[in-house]
Order: sequence, then C-alpha cells, then structure tokens
Amino acid sequence: MSTVEVLGKQLELDADGNLANPEDWNEEIAKELAKQEGIDELTERHWMVINFMRKEYQEKGDAPSIRKLTKQSGVDTKELYQLFPKGPAKKAARIAGLPKPKGCI
Amino acid sequence: MKKLVILGAGTAGTMMLNKLSNVLEKDEWQITIVDQYETHYYQPGFLFIPFNIYNKKDVIKPKRDFFPTGTEVIISEIDKIEPGKNRVLLKNNKVLSYDYLIIATGSKVKPEETEGMKGELWYKNIFDFYTIEGALALQSFFKHWEGGKLVLNITEMPIKCPVAPLEFVFLADWFFTEQGIRDKVDIHFVTPLPGAFTKPRAASILGDFLDKKNINLTTEFNIAKVDNDNKKIVSWDEREIPFDVLVTIPTNMGDEAIERSGMGDELNFIPTDKHTLMAKGYDNIFVIGDATDLPSSKAGSVAHFEADILFENFLDVIEGRDPKAKFDGHANCFIESGFGKGILIDFNYDTEPLPGKFPLPGVGPFSLLEETKMNHYGKVMFRWMYWNSLIKGQELPIESNMSMAGKRL
Repeated sequence: MSTVEVLGKQLELDADGNLANPEDWNEEIAKELAKQEGIDELTERHWMVINFMRKEYQEKGDAPSIRKLTKQSGVDTKELYQLFPKGPAKKAARIAGLPKPKGCI
Repeated sequence: MKKLVILGAGTAGTMMLNKLSNVLEKDEWQITIVDQYETHYYQPGFLFIPFNIYNKKDVIKPKRDFFPTGTEVIISEIDKIEPGKNRVLLKNNKVLSYDYLIIATGSKVKPEETEGMKGELWYKNIFDFYTIEGALALQSFFKHWEGGKLVLNITEMPIKCPVAPLEFVFLADWFFTEQGIRDKVDIHFVTPLPGAFTKPRAASILGDFLDKKNINLTTEFNIAKVDNDNKKIVSWDEREIPFDVLVTIPTNMGDEAIERSGMGDELNFIPTDKHTLMAKGYDNIFVIGDATDLPSSKAGSVAHFEADILFENFLDVIEGRDPKAKFDGHANCFIESGFGKGILIDFNYDTEPLPGKFPLPGVGPFSLLEETKMNHYGKVMFRWMYWNSLIKGQELPIESNMSMAGKRL
C-alpha cells in the first residue's frame, strides 16, 4: 500500500490514491491535499462542497457523484469545474479524505 | 398461486424468464413479464449498422419468439412500483401484485440531459448509435459523407457497453480506409475518463491501438454543451472541440418508472447488493442488468453472468434460505478493432482486464488484450449464440464467475 507524507505524517492511501483511513483526515490535511491537486487555497465555496461530500458519505456510505453535487450541494456544475478543475467529484472526494465516488468507474 | 413479476423483457428479463420458467412448478407459480415494446433488439449489433455491416433486419426479432408458453405477457408502460404494497401499477391501469419481483428495466440514452445536444443538428450532424433510429440515421449520413472532422464523445459515465465507443472509432478507421477517404477523415475520441478505457491496463493497451490507427484522443473532457451554430462541443472548463459530424454517447439513465417509484439514485439506477443482486432494503426484489447501480459494466455479458447468480439466489430465497451465490462483477467483451480483427477482455470487480488466453489457459482459442482474427470470429459467432441460446436462458461454455486461469499478471 502506498503512502503520502502530509505535514510530517505518513498517511496510507487506497488503490485510487485517496486516504485509506478517513479518520486520518482533518482540515489542515485537506489544505495540503488540495495543494497536491493544484488548488492553492480552499475558499468558502470549496469548503461548502467538501463539507457536503463528507456529510453525504457519513449518511450514505458513498461519496456523491457530480450530478448529486450539482443538484444538492448548492454549487452548480460550472462552478464545480472552476473550483476543482477537470474532475470535481473525484478531486473533491480526495481532498475531503473520502474514497473515489463509486460512479467514477 | 405464488406470483413472480418480471419488469422488462430485454436481454436480462428474457433470460430470467426462460431460466425460471424451466424450474418453477406451473401449478404453483404464475409468471408475468411486462414490457412496453414488442420488438427485441440485438443491441450489440447497433454498432455495425452505421458501417453497413448489419442492417435493421439483422438486429430485430419479435419478443414473443422468446417467451415460454404459460407466461403472462403484458405489453404496457410501467407507471410505478409500490414496493411497500408488493404491487406494480401499469400505464394501462392494470395493477399487478407480486410475491417476488425481478426488475430488468435497463438503461437508455438521454441526449436531452446535455444543453444543445438535441438541437437543430440532431440527426443531421449529431447522431447516437445506441438506438436503432440513431444507428440508421448515421448509416444514411455516412453514405454521402465526403470527410471532415468525426468526433466521438462520451458524455458521462456510466454507459452501456463501455467498449462500444472504442469499437466505433476502430470500425470508422477501417470503413473510411475501405471507402478510400481515410486521409480526409480526422477521427477524434473524446472522453471524460483519464484514458481510453475505464480500467488502467486495458486503457493503456487500447490507447496504443488508437495511436496506431491514427485516432486522436482527448481525455478528461466533460461536455457542458453542444454549440450548434459553430459545430463545437464545449466542456465545463471551456475547452472547445470542433466537429463536422458528432457521434455522441449521451448520458445513460435508468427507466423513468424507477424515478416515479422513488427507488433509484440520481441516474435512476437501483441500489443493488453487488453480490446477491437483491434490491437494497427489500427481501423480495431482485435487480439485474443495466437497471442496477453495480460498479460493473452495463453489458449483455454481465447480465448473462448475473442471471446465473440471480437464478441460484432466487431459488434459495423462495425456500426461505439466505442467498448464497455471489456475483463477482464478471464481464467479457469482444472489441471489434476493424480489418476483420478483434480484441477480447475478461474482468470483474477486483481484477482488471489482463493479457492471456481464453477460455482455455495457454490454448485459447481467444487471446486477451491482443488483436486477432479469431477474436473477431468470436464476436461474429456471438450474434448466433445470443438469439439461439443466450436469451433462451441456456448454458454457455463460460463460467459465471471470472477465472484467473490463462491470465498473465
């Protein structure tokens, strides 16, 4: 299993490169993971998406797809792509410390 | 009398009907199947229609040819399922009660989900090939086309038969070579995925085939809209790709009846236990084929392997036992690569497509992840198997669970 060093700690990753243990996650780690994805600063809008994802994951056991994000997170598709370029659902899940959404097969 | 209702008489529903009506006692069980259409389509054949390899007559047969005697057949649209009341409401105002329900309502393309896709160029310069209408319209278009930019775009995942878009561009390369205008046709494969396919090792090998065949590849392109005026597709991050003809794989969604029943996810696919194939939260409803939300391919081969598992689990459940058989996500796909050759892939939830021989280790006759003439014959032969054994629920000489034998790691 591969690991990533964040803030001096070695964190385990799953096969998709997302955190293997969601309990390793905290907001400081999210900021570092975002930098690795090329997002230098997490704005309030980023956090809205990340927090929505974490809440969905806790309730449903699966990270939401881009469609669900568009419908329910309060951020539309266009802005999602601005906030998390290329793959919003995949990137936001990684930054949120969650496994890749099941829809991304 | 106990009642089994099967919703959908496509590949999966018809297979289950045939398998179960062979074993359920006629004096104990009433089996009913519901579908809104009377024609059965051999959907893998649609791919060949634009290139004049198949025609409409090659891909259609009446559904009734595949219904065993004694089956109650209802041709009607489904209004909704009321799982709490164990009944199904039909659009023809009938109400069907059931003891057990098998949902096989499939998935379909929804071009209207993307802005501008069903605009003024629809079926003039923009086509799908996942419907008989789209495939035939594209066939007519190609008859007179003199070349230009051919763009194939996958809107979003999941889609039915994730290899079909690749087969389409491979066949287009062959077709336009035969027509003598390949040098005038720029073929461009545009996908939201990070590579040519969903699984990494196959993506890299299939990506090399695109290269060899001089087909351009653009990845991570998530289409936001079709610009009909300027003949361009535009992504959410504002990249633009011009086309003369756009072959689109629109968003795939489950049936609207699933949405009306409140049983689906945001794409109307039904949350399903990935091993037992029972609808999550219900102990008398099974789901099979494209209608599920399983992380497997939406394909006939998958439905076929699922049918073996569902059959065993159904017989357990009606006897009050726990369902024991476990579906492993097995898929087996012949990929037409043009010029009379094909590529074969075989994989499941946990094992991505690997090279090797299939089904007999070291012998074949088919080769995994390699381009051979024999693989192409496999695909050609398959249409006969489909009509004559597969949807009739007969056994095929392939195990329902994937085997590692013959595969190279």
